[in-house]
Amino acid sequence: MALYPSADGSGIGGLTVKAARPLIRLAGVGKTYSTGTVAVAETSLDIGHGEFISLLGPSGCGKSTLLRMIAGLADPSTGTIDWPTSDYDARGRAKPKLGFVFQEPTLMPWATVFENAYLPLRLAKVPRKAAAGRVMAALASVGLERFATAYPRQLSGGMKMRVSIARALVTEPAILLMDEPFAALDEITRFKLNDDLLRVFRAQGLTVIFVTHSVFESVYLSNRVLVMSARPGRVIADLPIAAPYPRGDDFRTSLHYGELCRAASAELHRAMAGADGEH
Amino acid sequence: MREIPLAIRIAVPVALGILLLGLWEILVRAMDVPKFVLPPPSAIGAALAEDFPSLLASLWVTLRITMEAFVIALMGGLFFAILSARSRLFELCLFPYAVILQVTPVVAIAPLILIWVGIEHLERALLILATIVAFFPILSNTTLGLKSVNPELNALFKLYGASPWQRLTRLDLPNALPYLLAGMRISGGLALIGAVVAEFVAGSGNGTGLAWRVVESANELNIPRMFAALALLSGLGLVIFFLMVGLQHFLLRRWHESAVQRES
Repeated sequence: MALYPSADGSGIGGLTVKAARPLIRLAGVGKTYSTGTVAVAETSLDIGHGEFISLLGPSGCGKSTLLRMIAGLADPSTGTIDWPTSDYDARGRAKPKLGFVFQEPTLMPWATVFENAYLPLRLAKVPRKAAAGRVMAALASVGLERFATAYPRQLSGGMKMRVSIARALVTEPAILLMDEPFAALDEITRFKLNDDLLRVFRAQGLTVIFVTHSVFESVYLSNRVLVMSARPGRVIADLPIAAPYPRGDDFRTSLHYGELCRAASAELHRAMAGADGEH
Repeated sequence: MREIPLAIRIAVPVALGILLLGLWEILVRAMDVPKFVLPPPSAIGAALAEDFPSLLASLWVTLRITMEAFVIALMGGLFFAILSARSRLFELCLFPYAVILQVTPVVAIAPLILIWVGIEHLERALLILATIVAFFPILSNTTLGLKSVNPELNALFKLYGASPWQRLTRLDLPNALPYLLAGMRISGGLALIGAVVAEFVAGSGNGTGLAWRVVESANELNIPRMFAALALLSGLGLVIFFLMVGLQHFLLRRWHESAVQRES
């Protein structure tokens, strides 16, 4: 453990200094499993409004665990996660409006596309009539309004993932958390969904945290790439991607894109070398 | 493989049945087999027609016990399955005894149940025995279904602050439905078997069920009527089976791989 002094509140590389009230403030957040495995070393990080952040790292580096802690699906062993600008519930806990997209589409096979996208509102007890417009708008934003009555088994992998994204968008969240959502898709579908995601991100003024192990995807999408190393998982680099949106094929084939990918790739190699050094 | 049309799937076994019945009739007549060994189908038909009102009354008794046992087993199995899926402790306590109840032959506990409920409440004893037989497949299948929910869907429901009731009705129960239906298909048949076996062992109450008609006919060496009662029992079993298959198909046809019509 002594080899890995945990990150302190100063942030990593001085790049996390943001406006006074970030959307999310992680202070010394770490996760240790009962087996003693350190999944995420103490991490401090500010995430600002409107950022598109990629968590880039090799498999098993704790990036998914970090995302799940931010979503409230896992409890940190140490540290706190604050939402300085969010509402608080009766017990004084932050109630951020967030949407989560899993690695798998995670749809209910017994429910139609509409019912699946309606689920978050139904669980919030919004009547079907009142919700119908918002559900259809969310489906339209991913181009699926014509498939509202279809069942998941009738859809392709890419379309299922679109339903999953529509479901995450239906509550009009401030932040979208995505856990390697496109990892299982073919490249053509993936590029298409990347562009659709950027369009929604810009149109709705979202903040996105996107977990991926693809350098190219992270650079294409984000304005900030956080590179994580494994065992224990920690953020070893914070790279700004200073390229204006909208981005398209011009950006994907530009020299600038290549340079950024090379820089991110170098950090990823460093992250993996660090992990190997532990053996 | 191409889908065989429904008409042919029905016509072929029916034609085969008619053929076999005809063969049976001819052979029994040609070889002059005594009626009390193997009656020809025509004699069975005649016995069925002659005793139809009383056989129908017996059919109704057996059917009522079977249905009541099935409904109680369904409700009870569902209830205990939900409790088991909720509480690990409850499951640990319940399952060993459910298994004991399941593996002990119903024939062996019939006298005991009869003594407990009293000989004057014979039909109640039959109902309890049939319920015991039908209970376990519902319980074990539904418990399995309730516990096999996709963990990511579980996380999703947690994320959106689902109440325990919402989780049960919107996630756990729909997920368990195919398992429950598979259990119901087994239990429907078992409820009938339970009702018949219990009547064989425990005897008959005021209303005489079909099983007792078989015993009675055998004692009187009225073999055509015995066959007629048997035919009604098989018919009842078939109706239950097809009702369950139909229900399964109707509820799962849109989404579950087991019931979906695929184009090749």
